[in-house]
Amino acid sequence: MLKLSNNPAIDTATKLVAVAVLMFAFVFVVMVPLYNVLCDALGINGKTDGQAYTSVQAGVDESRLVTIQFVATRNEGMPWEFGPATSVMKVHPGAVNDTVFHARNTLAKDMVAQAIPSISPARAVQYFHKTECFCFNQQPLTAGASAELPLQYIVDRDLPKDIHTITLSYTIFDVTDMAKGAVATR
Amino acid sequence: MGDHHHGPAKGLGRWLFTTNHKDIGTMYLWFSFSMFILGGFFAMIIRAELFQPGLQLVEPAFFNQMTTLHGLIMVFGAIMPSFVGLANWLIPMMIGAPDMALPRMNNWSFWILPPTFLLLASTLFMEGGAPAAGWTFYAPLSTTYAGPSVTFFIFSIHVLGLSSIMGSINIIATVMNMRAPGMTYMKMPLFVWTWLITAFLLVAVMPVLAGAVTMMLMDVHFGTSFFSAAGGGDPVLFQHVFWFFGHPEVYIIILPAFGVVSQIIPAFSRKQLFGYDSMVYATASIAFLSFIVWAHHMFTVGMPVAGELFFMYATMLIAVPTGVKVFNWVTTMWRGSLSFETPMLFCIGFLILFTIGGFTGLMLAIAPVDFQYHDTYFVVAHFHYVMVAGAVFSMSAAIYFWLPKWCGRMYNETMGKTHFWISFIGFNIAFFPQHFVGLAGMPRRIPDYALQFADFNMMSSIGAFIYGLSQILFLYNVIATIVAGKPVSDPKVWDGAEGLEWTIPTPAPYHTFETPPAVK
Amino acid sequence: MCFEAKRLLKLALGPVLMLISAVVLGYGPEEAQVNMAPGATEVGERIYDLHMIILWICTVIGLGVFGVMFYSIIYHRKSKGAVAAHFHESTKVEIAWTVVPFLILIGMAVPATSTLLEVYDNDDAELDILVTGYQWKWKYEYINENGENISFFSNLRTPQSEIHNSEPKGEFYLLEVDEPLVIPVNTKVRFLITGNDVIHSWWVPELAVKRDAIPGFINETWTLAREEGVFRGQCAELCGKDHGFMPIVVNVVSKEAYGEWLGAKQVEAAAIKELMAQTFTLEQLVERGEAVYARACLACHGANGEGGVGKPIAGSAIATGDIGAHLDVGINGVPGTAMQAFGGQLNDVDMAAVITYQRNAFGNNMGDMVQPIDVYNHKKG
Repeated sequence: MLKLSNNPAIDTATKLVAVAVLMFAFVFVVMVPLYNVLCDALGINGKTDGQAYTSVQAGVDESRLVTIQFVATRNEGMPWEFGPATSVMKVHPGAVNDTVFHARNTLAKDMVAQAIPSISPARAVQYFHKTECFCFNQQPLTAGASAELPLQYIVDRDLPKDIHTITLSYTIFDVTDMAKGAVATR
Repeated sequence: MGDHHHGPAKGLGRWLFTTNHKDIGTMYLWFSFSMFILGGFFAMIIRAELFQPGLQLVEPAFFNQMTTLHGLIMVFGAIMPSFVGLANWLIPMMIGAPDMALPRMNNWSFWILPPTFLLLASTLFMEGGAPAAGWTFYAPLSTTYAGPSVTFFIFSIHVLGLSSIMGSINIIATVMNMRAPGMTYMKMPLFVWTWLITAFLLVAVMPVLAGAVTMMLMDVHFGTSFFSAAGGGDPVLFQHVFWFFGHPEVYIIILPAFGVVSQIIPAFSRKQLFGYDSMVYATASIAFLSFIVWAHHMFTVGMPVAGELFFMYATMLIAVPTGVKVFNWVTTMWRGSLSFETPMLFCIGFLILFTIGGFTGLMLAIAPVDFQYHDTYFVVAHFHYVMVAGAVFSMSAAIYFWLPKWCGRMYNETMGKTHFWISFIGFNIAFFPQHFVGLAGMPRRIPDYALQFADFNMMSSIGAFIYGLSQILFLYNVIATIVAGKPVSDPKVWDGAEGLEWTIPTPAPYHTFETPPAVK
Repeated sequence: MCFEAKRLLKLALGPVLMLISAVVLGYGPEEAQVNMAPGATEVGERIYDLHMIILWICTVIGLGVFGVMFYSIIYHRKSKGAVAAHFHESTKVEIAWTVVPFLILIGMAVPATSTLLEVYDNDDAELDILVTGYQWKWKYEYINENGENISFFSNLRTPQSEIHNSEPKGEFYLLEVDEPLVIPVNTKVRFLITGNDVIHSWWVPELAVKRDAIPGFINETWTLAREEGVFRGQCAELCGKDHGFMPIVVNVVSKEAYGEWLGAKQVEAAAIKELMAQTFTLEQLVERGEAVYARACLACHGANGEGGVGKPIAGSAIATGDIGAHLDVGINGVPGTAMQAFGGQLNDVDMAAVITYQRNAFGNNMGDMVQPIDVYNHKKG
């Protein structure tokens, strides 16, 4: 076995310090990335990946209709008006669907928002593909301005047959400070 | 002690600069007892506020600071240091070593503790008050929504984590390198075994806690978003990291207690511990399982069903090695020659309370039922049954058992037994009704409650006051013993006691085993 | 010594007997509830049955273990001349008490798994409700396929005077809200749960629902109430100062009554729209504003505007300053502080009333007022 010191106690202690340092690193190097991987794989918290879907579906499955619900939440400290144009859509798997969310900056200052998507049920996450989404980027709005934020999505043809309703939630956060690259000063 | 070639130094310097394992053990024990009193005082405030429905004494914000500090101080200030103190006193004496392997580090790991807890307690007087997000301090309540004291809190956690890691490294280095000739691993007393495993757990998970609070610090001050969805993070990640530390942590608290009980029950049964090997293996399997069950604290966060099932099954498995331990202790008593001095009474109290807490733990493991138990007083009752029974009852047993060895004076048996009975009765009055209010729907961590919970809460408060007062009797008894107890000089003190620490003179000299004993 | 052993026996069995008598016979001091409620749903009943089965298994094992222990305590005492035996291991026995508990656990895991799978079967709900946890209230939004979603906040209704003991406490102290959630009986209702600020947890014991409300993410769970009634619950996850003061009340009503309630809600929404076009007198606004203040502002700003978590309102620069700036704080909040944006929480009439009230109460004698139309205009920029 590796020997780090002639004093056996120091040798043991040095190895244990190494273990402790490794465990500290383990949190950042393993746990955080692993959690994100597991979230993507298992749909924990309904998190979706922030990439546009580019594959093509093998046609539209006209035999099925899936109900898509949209809900919007404004996180605390976010006074914008924000909501879906339609709160419910019925779509065929495989079809490309478009909708928009309305947003309006009600404050007299320029702001930047970030919308965080979350899908329920978690099992549906890997079958809900966004080809275009305002959540991929931060959304700036000048004081008093409003915008229509586009969303284009496809429900996968392989969606399990027992899932009939999918809910897509967006929570918008005020990230004006983060966008400026400013260090939060609390 | 005077007849030895060099005794302790004189005055304050003795305590500040000491590298003697007995001195450091003593300091750890007194420090943890003072923290126990402080944490207990906070508990009394909590129970006084909950004596009746309505807000009487404190405002909700302060109440949350009390529950938070009570938890933090009891876990990190009272229980963990008390067992480190016990380890310092006993491990060298039990394995036939002259001192700990790294005496200078031993001194440091103690002396960084008192200033840290002073800092933590001083947050009470800061603007915005002490941390108030519970001892589990879930983000974002503990980050984005915390007061300015959060930075000091994080610093405290870092330092006390450092102290625990240093203490553990010392214990492992001592056990691995300083055993007397012939003291093989499978001959070590169980207290040494359980501490060895505990120390490995500590080295593995205290850095994880440090990582969690470091991420908090970065979120609060450096604009990262580990725990905030806004920047791509996730508040649930905090809970995973915290409980990856937190579940092993609860075994860190209970395993040394298992060790204590495994020493004392055989002594008063006058019979060898039943199933020594299986005790060691059970301890090791509990330690291993503790790494794969953490998410049972989070059944309601909305994990995928596969995750819920995995953590439910893994958690249920812990019942097997824990059961083995309880069966072994009971079988040790079976056909022994029992007597019931205070340490034995506390061990029997431990067995009863811990078994009840173990059963409620099994109930909590069942995920669908946990949806109803989660975050209620049922949980509060459960973990006080395991933690108070585990830590405080076994610690009391340990003090009564080894104190005569340490100071050469016998405690007052009547007072000791009175302490046991009052605390056993008080404890049950305080915590048993909490099962009922929890099942009836009372959430934990609330400063005020609906009227149907009033009777049991009043009962619980009365029990808590009784239990709290009984500790004053304990303090008095210990001081009275040290100052004016009846002298004992028999090395064995107890006729059934076995082990190296009972072969040295009573009271234990300042330096022991300077030449290693031979172990057959 | 023997006397002591009996006492020990009694004391140890005391809690167990208490539990058995309390749980099985349904008896407790002054009829207080001592056990889990099976509640109004089938899932709740299954959870309850599971809870009871495991409680019983534990009780039986516990009695066995304690029985053996107390037998030793009574009969194997040194004072009775007992001489210690010398055995200290037995592989057979040790294998037995490893394997048997394992088998018992498997027996427990089977019903636990099937119940869990049922709890997770969220699909095919007839009604979807978005539940959002706020510090320290709940918001409910009925997701409507055709037309506008109905949405409202549900605040604690218990007055501060009861909490601070200056008035006797009512029957549903701390478990009453100004506006309960209403759902139809015998209908599968799906709850989408999220948080606005910190993590909360939406819990109604009798509907067998508890799920965390996590800011930024959405969780789902469901219930199917088989009987009508009023079911009460509380926030279960520590969420800050008033964690203990954000109850949940769910009225389960017949499908007809639910339809009527929905209709009434729509009429009410229309009435508010009508009110928004009206002009009120200062007295009318102050009177309405006082009630709004009590449910929306008081928790942070104090019963007399003296402040607390929030800044004082009595004599404050905002409440005695420019009326437009005051209104802006009410609607948009103060980002980065505990002052929330109430523009989305209060309707325009209530907003106008509460701002007017704040300017004309607690010694703030401004004499000016805000009309609903002013609120509307301010919101539209």
